[in-house]
Amino acid sequence: MTVTPVDPTGLPPGGASPGTPVGASASTSTSTRGRWPWLRVSRPGVVLSFAFLLVLVLASFWPHLFTGTDPNAADISQTLRGPGSGHLLGTDQNGRDIYARIVHGTRLSLWIGLSASALALVVGAAVGVAAAQGGRVLGAVTDWLLSVFLSIPGLLLALLVIAMLGPGTRNSIIGLSLIFTPGFARVVRGEVMRIRASVYLEAARALGWPKRQVIIRHLVPNALGPVLILATINVGGAISLGSTLSFLGLGPQPPTAEWGAMLSSSRTYFSVAWWPAIFPGIAITLAVLAITVAGQFLQARLEGRNAR
Amino acid sequence: MTSDSDPTTDSDPTTGDPTTGDPAIGDPTIGDPTAPDPATQPGDPRTLVDVANLRVRFRLGRRSVDAVRGVSFRIDAGQSIAVVGESGSGKSVTARSLVGLAGRGAEVRADRLVIAGTDTRTLPERRWRTLRGRHIGFVLQDALVSLDPARRVGAEIAETLRAHRVVPRAEVDARVVELLREVGVPEPEARAGQYPHQLSGGLRQRALIASAIAADPELLIADEPTTALDVTVQAQILEMLAARKRAGTALLLISHDLAVVSQVADHVFVMKDGIFVEHGPTRQVLDDPRHPYTRQLLAAVPVAHARGTRLSPQPGGPVAQPRAVVGDGVVLAARDLVKTFALDGRRILTAVDDVSLELRAGETLGIVGESGSGKTTTARLLLDLERADSGAVEVDGTAWGEIDARTGARLRQHIQVIYQDPLSSFDPRYPVRKIIAEPLAVARVSRAERRTRVLELLDQVGLARDVLDRRPRQLSGGQRQRVAIARALAPRPRVIVCDEPVSALDVSIQAQILDLLADLQARLGIAYVFISHHLGVIYHVSDRVLVMKDGRIVESGDVEQVFREPRHDYTRGLLAAVPTLDGAALRPPAEPRATTVPESEGAVA
Amino acid sequence: MTIALAADERRGGGRAASSARSIGLAVLRRVGYAVGVLWGAVTVTFAALHLKSGGIIDAIIGQAAVSPEVRAQIISDYALDRPWLVQYFDYLGHLLRGDLGHSYNQGMDVTTAIGDQLAPSFELMAAGVVLALVGAIVVALLTANRPRWIRGPFAFLEIVGVSVPAFWFAILLLTVFSFQLHWFPAIGSNSFRGLVLPAIALAVAPGGTLAQVLRDGLERALDEPFVTTARSRGIRETAVLVRHALRHALMPAITIAGWLAGAFLGGAIVIENVFSRQGLGTLTVGGLGRRDFPLVSGVVLVAAAFYVVINLLIDAVYPLLDPRLRPVAPTTAGPVNAAAAGITSTASPSVSATGADQKGEG
Repeated sequence: MTVTPVDPTGLPPGGASPGTPVGASASTSTSTRGRWPWLRVSRPGVVLSFAFLLVLVLASFWPHLFTGTDPNAADISQTLRGPGSGHLLGTDQNGRDIYARIVHGTRLSLWIGLSASALALVVGAAVGVAAAQGGRVLGAVTDWLLSVFLSIPGLLLALLVIAMLGPGTRNSIIGLSLIFTPGFARVVRGEVMRIRASVYLEAARALGWPKRQVIIRHLVPNALGPVLILATINVGGAISLGSTLSFLGLGPQPPTAEWGAMLSSSRTYFSVAWWPAIFPGIAITLAVLAITVAGQFLQARLEGRNAR
Repeated sequence: MTSDSDPTTDSDPTTGDPTTGDPAIGDPTIGDPTAPDPATQPGDPRTLVDVANLRVRFRLGRRSVDAVRGVSFRIDAGQSIAVVGESGSGKSVTARSLVGLAGRGAEVRADRLVIAGTDTRTLPERRWRTLRGRHIGFVLQDALVSLDPARRVGAEIAETLRAHRVVPRAEVDARVVELLREVGVPEPEARAGQYPHQLSGGLRQRALIASAIAADPELLIADEPTTALDVTVQAQILEMLAARKRAGTALLLISHDLAVVSQVADHVFVMKDGIFVEHGPTRQVLDDPRHPYTRQLLAAVPVAHARGTRLSPQPGGPVAQPRAVVGDGVVLAARDLVKTFALDGRRILTAVDDVSLELRAGETLGIVGESGSGKTTTARLLLDLERADSGAVEVDGTAWGEIDARTGARLRQHIQVIYQDPLSSFDPRYPVRKIIAEPLAVARVSRAERRTRVLELLDQVGLARDVLDRRPRQLSGGQRQRVAIARALAPRPRVIVCDEPVSALDVSIQAQILDLLADLQARLGIAYVFISHHLGVIYHVSDRVLVMKDGRIVESGDVEQVFREPRHDYTRGLLAAVPTLDGAALRPPAEPRATTVPESEGAVA
Repeated sequence: MTIALAADERRGGGRAASSARSIGLAVLRRVGYAVGVLWGAVTVTFAALHLKSGGIIDAIIGQAAVSPEVRAQIISDYALDRPWLVQYFDYLGHLLRGDLGHSYNQGMDVTTAIGDQLAPSFELMAAGVVLALVGAIVVALLTANRPRWIRGPFAFLEIVGVSVPAFWFAILLLTVFSFQLHWFPAIGSNSFRGLVLPAIALAVAPGGTLAQVLRDGLERALDEPFVTTARSRGIRETAVLVRHALRHALMPAITIAGWLAGAFLGGAIVIENVFSRQGLGTLTVGGLGRRDFPLVSGVVLVAAAFYVVINLLIDAVYPLLDPRLRPVAPTTAGPVNAAAAGITSTASPSVSATGADQKGEG
């Protein structure tokens, strides 16, 4: 990751711009350079991240593009073979090909992250809008409710849900979404209130738009950006936490190929074979890293655009 | 206040090298810079700062920007110098280079950069620290952000004392109090223990100056020291700086406002695009400007004799500007408006108190007042963005509130608004085309018609067509305000409410915008409600004026009459506090400055 | 702008007393809110218990085999034959007495079971917090506003640290340093050496976030005019960083401290599991496997209480760092008084107007 201080589409910091009649070239503001640190996440890293995300999407829809091996084909004669030896990333304790299992596990791991984040987005946005529009009492009540859910550490909240509903893919998605819902609700509420107080919304009213049009034309589209970016970043978090639940044996059950579950099922062999411990984790880390980098990049773009 | 008699000021400081300048600026008529006075050579103990060919370049990634492109000057003990320029001229960077704080990414080069007898061109940071504060005090604009909000005022002042071991440790606190008293802060013992946010703007600025002069530096640099202040407070701070000067401290004043520096400086440098285009004794530069840019700057300032003329450059000097014919029809009327806000359980703030006004077609009604006077709330009531507690506003004979939403939407076509900061009034996602066309979309104008009308509006406000697909962030301040005007014009309104429309603009851009507004009024017969804290601007644009204070109208009438013969004490005080170029333009002749008592500003007593 | 005020309120007379009273009120309000949040968390666990598919009784017993007598005992213990509102108040009553219920799997009170496991968990978390905090502050101070080649690699490492799942990082450490290099004991050790790897694994993700936030805050603070002003006084750069910038950089970091506390707790649960350490995590995951619901909800409540206390501490720390957040006496509170506070005694009306602007002109 390298570093560039200027947003590719944005403006030179300092506010001067093409066409400034006087003094456009010499900006006195010497301090703006460090103001958008996210912008320093640079293009090579961002491009790599987006490329890797594309690979992940392809692998989740068409795993056969990447491997012809059956992820669930156990071969007792081939247990715990190291990388190379006919298996790119080695085999696990049941002689299954680790590379094939990682490729085939992409779909479920991504799906858990995506659906948990999307579910949280929908519920959180509804709560947030209600809190922002509903007056002081409703606002205070939602605020309290959000505090309640935020008071329980994310992982424990998911564990509570699983304790209630039992382990499994669906229940871990529900548990994960509950972790991210309060965050969405807060951001949506904050955005709605921020935009409602903005001069441009007042200007739109002054132009004569009826209330509904102001909401549709200005409020919703402007609130959407930060919310979608949060959703993107949360997909990464949900993948990471989802794999944690799987590792604890509370997500997808064996023999399903899923990254966290792979680590879980072979954990007793880590002391004798390092490859089943390493490769699925690298897949998780790279996926989360790519999503985080992409999300922070989008965030920087948006902040650059909205900055005053 | 300006004393031209000081012999040292007239002779020595030298300007920038015109050969490095922009050919468009390098007017041959100003000729060569004044040669350095042979009597004061570098190294002369009376020379505090000696700069030759200072250049500052900023590297921003792969691009680099030349902020200062070769300026030379000298400041001697006891001198008072001002650098005047618009934003981006490089004036602040020049000042900061003198304390080695040009900023991150700055490359400072100079043929000579001698400060207090030290060549600072290769000075290590450690040695710089012995110069800062000790030999040069530095005051940035707006003390609210220039004093650490998390530290007590006294601690900020003590920091300078401790850094340079000015007084023994045990005496620091006493010295802090003494310094605060020196800069005219009442109850200094109590103030020293307070935080910046607990002080009024004027007191904060005084405390900041106290921290800059704590080590008794020979030179005090003040970068826009009064920009964030109300006009009456500004006058007090300027008087205080003048008192420092009389006490023997040299001053380097950085400002965008020629009128402000003329109050204090003996010698003025006019800066543009990183070089000095003109310099000389203050009176001489103001009365007999030689460089076209200086002339343009001076012409752009709305002063008494400029009323009725264009402010922006015209071939052949100022030209009379046609004024709109004021019609008989009342297009906007407000009666007995009252608006209160509940602050918390117990207190009520009366923001607007019994305000009535009438506006005729083609007329400009100025509303002037200091911050907190209720100007903006009045504007919001006129626009029906806020409903008054009592009283009524009629637009074209129809009152807000008596009509349904549909009629209300139509009524809004007749009254439009321009804000101080146009950027914040645009949807950040919209390109210029969509911004200007939005009122037309409200009025359900067809797409084809919208397109032609937008082009027509661009012509009217003097914007080129290539801005259409740009976003407002990519435009300059002046261009943004033109876009805002085009949007306001789009539905062919009868009234435009202008809320501080030029306050954020440089003076030459301000001149263009004021000229544009006047032209549009003459051509289209639009009436303006023009809100500003700037008396000069108000005088220039208004036919009639309302003076507001604490939510009430304290005085109203024909602008000439109010400015020539103010009846209310408050108006008199306001006018007296305005710094002017020729000392009297906006002031009633018989009124000396004495009306301003140093401590009335603010705070206390 | 006129501010309607009783005349005596403007005088400084009762200011000190009323200021103390308002601070007391503010503290009371905070504590009240914290109790409210905790009560909410209790209600959530109670609701979860009663909403659970399958009978409540199964939820309580989990998969443990119990005799009919025990089963009857549980039903009467939990008053499961009574209306849910009564049960709810019973539940609250037990909690108030510090009784979190009975874990039939552990064969002991949940309170005791948790109490026994608190120490090792806190040991791990304390080690992790210290590591993360020290690491983040050092990295932030050393890399803020530094050239690209210093700042870039650290910024990258932080993003990696934020992205890597704690449990896998723990596995990675274990595989490399225990199984391959044999530098550290692998599992189950409560010695100091056994603490090193788990603490590192725990510290990485929150430490990465913290370093990002701190550096961002430092860089913003260093761009503030008051820092330029401080430098212009001729003070040392270390003093600029520590006396002026760090304080402001800490604000956003403290804002996320509550969240960080949750991250440490959640991380500890997983990491204890990976390293087979004693502690709350092992207890919880074990309880979960046997569907020991009282145990899990007990841990949830302890965590919520922990979070609430941390947030109360944060509320107390804010005003220490930023005087603008300190509660002011009613006469000098609110938007009006930012400027008016200094002029309480003899303000002329025109003065208060300068300060009173925000509301009216906004």
